[in-house]
Amino acid sequence: MTTTTEAPAVTPVAAPRKLSYVKAFNEGLAQAMREDENVFVAGEDVAGYGGVFRMFDNLLDEFGPRRMIDTPISEAALVGLGVGAAARGLRPVVDLMFMDFIGVCLDQIVNQAAKMKYMFGGGLSVPLTITTASGAGLGAAAQHSQSLEAWLAHVPGLKVVMPSDAYSAKGLTVSAIRDDNPVVVMLNKVLLGSTSEVPEEIYGIPLGQAHTARQGSDVTVIALGRMVGEALAAADELAAEGVEIEVIDPRTVQPLDTETMFASVRRTNRVLVVHEAVTFGGLGAEIAAQIQDTVFDYLDAPVLRIGAPFSPVPFSPVLEKAYVPDRARIAQGCRRLLERS
Amino acid sequence: MAQRASTASKKSPQVSTQVIRDLHERMVRIRLFETEAGKLMEAGKLPGFLHLYVGQEAVAAGVMAALRDDDQITSTHRGHGHAVAKGVGFREMYAELYGRVTGACLGRGGSMHINDLTRGMLGANGIVGAGVPIAVGAAFAARYKGEDSVAVTFFGDGATNIGAFHEGANMAAILGLPVVFVCENNGYAEFTPQSGHMLLTDVADRAAAYGMPSVIVDGMDAVAVHRAATEAVERARAGAGPMMIEAKTYRFFDHQGVKGLRHPYRSDEEVAEWKSRDPIDLIEARAVADGTATRAELDDVWQRTRDEIADAIAYAEASPLPDPADLLLNVYSG
Repeated sequence: MTTTTEAPAVTPVAAPRKLSYVKAFNEGLAQAMREDENVFVAGEDVAGYGGVFRMFDNLLDEFGPRRMIDTPISEAALVGLGVGAAARGLRPVVDLMFMDFIGVCLDQIVNQAAKMKYMFGGGLSVPLTITTASGAGLGAAAQHSQSLEAWLAHVPGLKVVMPSDAYSAKGLTVSAIRDDNPVVVMLNKVLLGSTSEVPEEIYGIPLGQAHTARQGSDVTVIALGRMVGEALAAADELAAEGVEIEVIDPRTVQPLDTETMFASVRRTNRVLVVHEAVTFGGLGAEIAAQIQDTVFDYLDAPVLRIGAPFSPVPFSPVLEKAYVPDRARIAQGCRRLLERS
Repeated sequence: MAQRASTASKKSPQVSTQVIRDLHERMVRIRLFETEAGKLMEAGKLPGFLHLYVGQEAVAAGVMAALRDDDQITSTHRGHGHAVAKGVGFREMYAELYGRVTGACLGRGGSMHINDLTRGMLGANGIVGAGVPIAVGAAFAARYKGEDSVAVTFFGDGATNIGAFHEGANMAAILGLPVVFVCENNGYAEFTPQSGHMLLTDVADRAAAYGMPSVIVDGMDAVAVHRAATEAVERARAGAGPMMIEAKTYRFFDHQGVKGLRHPYRSDEEVAEWKSRDPIDLIEARAVADGTATRAELDDVWQRTRDEIADAIAYAEASPLPDPADLLLNVYSG
């Protein structure tokens, strides 16, 4: 850079830049597209319209129709397009709009993308990123509100990330695109407008590395996705009662960073796992089992799980509010754990 | 039905001596690979399932002879013929059927997942119809990268009832991608005859629903298949979009394995009638009649191929098994 005048001697202290979750995602995606010519985006209404959640705003202007592709409503062909293109060396980002739609294309995700490298003897990689919006809270009812991470985390060959704030939305998206494996990025619908501090430069958050969102000594709360914010709010509430909660955000649920969880359990001796998905067969069961396998002797109480009841997501706001775990239930769970022993 | 390009005539067109010999050799290679694999299966030497391609050789040979090495194919659960015709080696194919670490998939894939990226073979597939959208993606990649390769997706009549086929056909059409859809209509979806799984006589009619031209060819006539494939491939390569070829063909063995006829879903007469139009007999008779090759030259192809197969089977049997300690190899990249 050349300048003809002296720069001012005083550099203003930059205020931390806050960005919304959806804009952070958008920024990370755009930077990843600038970084690698092989990255393109395909999906329903992603180009001309910018995505129903504005996730892809302005990308068509910058990258043009070659790299931003509107497709028919055909999830199987959409993911298949990504699998074939990834097998041929591109880095597709395909958008499934609502996570609930994965039933339409589960074969391409589970039987094709996830297994191709393994069953073909390792001769290729499938660097495919699938973006989708999950979670309840918008009154979108049972076919537009699910959290199906347990389905996907169960499949060897897939990776699954669940950003809990704007910072992780950007960093996990960048890492998903750079990763040589199929990665599903589960954006949370309720968090889209939430803001947090987000660096302007491109950065990746390592996949499979949990983040300790708050340190505490009394109870470990392992929270997925949107539940991280609820757990932090519960921690504030409990702090007023003299109870210190440690909040762990796995960020990636496949692979799952259990070591960070085990280390926390060794310090706090009590664990609560919370997710939006239904409790039965959810990741809370997996996490609880692994904790009991490895650090059982450190537990002062059985691992407690909080999730949704075994029901489709209801429509009526009063029912939906009762359905999704919240800070009050998390705080109550922590108190129950502390009452034992 | 405005989009039907043509129904290829019964009379095979003139093609060069070199092409006839090429088609013949590809078919012999498939036939011998498959019949020997069938014997190995009957002898209890191979684990898993074996879906034999015998009878359908003219389709794989005819199409693959129209392709370059950098053109991509996706295949079916009945994929050996496509792999052999695309140039995948006998040694790694047999070794894979045996589950050996020297196999095309290091013993992780077996018969239904043989692939060879260096030959543009994007894999056989255990899920009916699933290869269709993947070929569309491969074609997308070619265009994205500015290459002029094409993708060919093979599927059976039964696969055209599954969503992935329809979604993939529409996607290829709307994006104008260089994909050739090759339906190997052998008349049966596993054990269900075509009349029991669709009301159409011609699968090619389905192409019209996507604005895609189509052609019906005699799938026992490798020359006819080759001519149609050449036209469709050239068309795709030139940027004119996808096209469908329906090849009417027949499998001589059962859906799975060699015997396995637990219930008589097709008559002996029907099988015999199709066998009387064996695609290799047809091309050999033609080659001898028009002086393309002598009987001795054709016999030499069989003998050379037999020798190569004997070597490949010996190689497979002498190859080590995978080490269970490496069970998790290649689940993830990196």
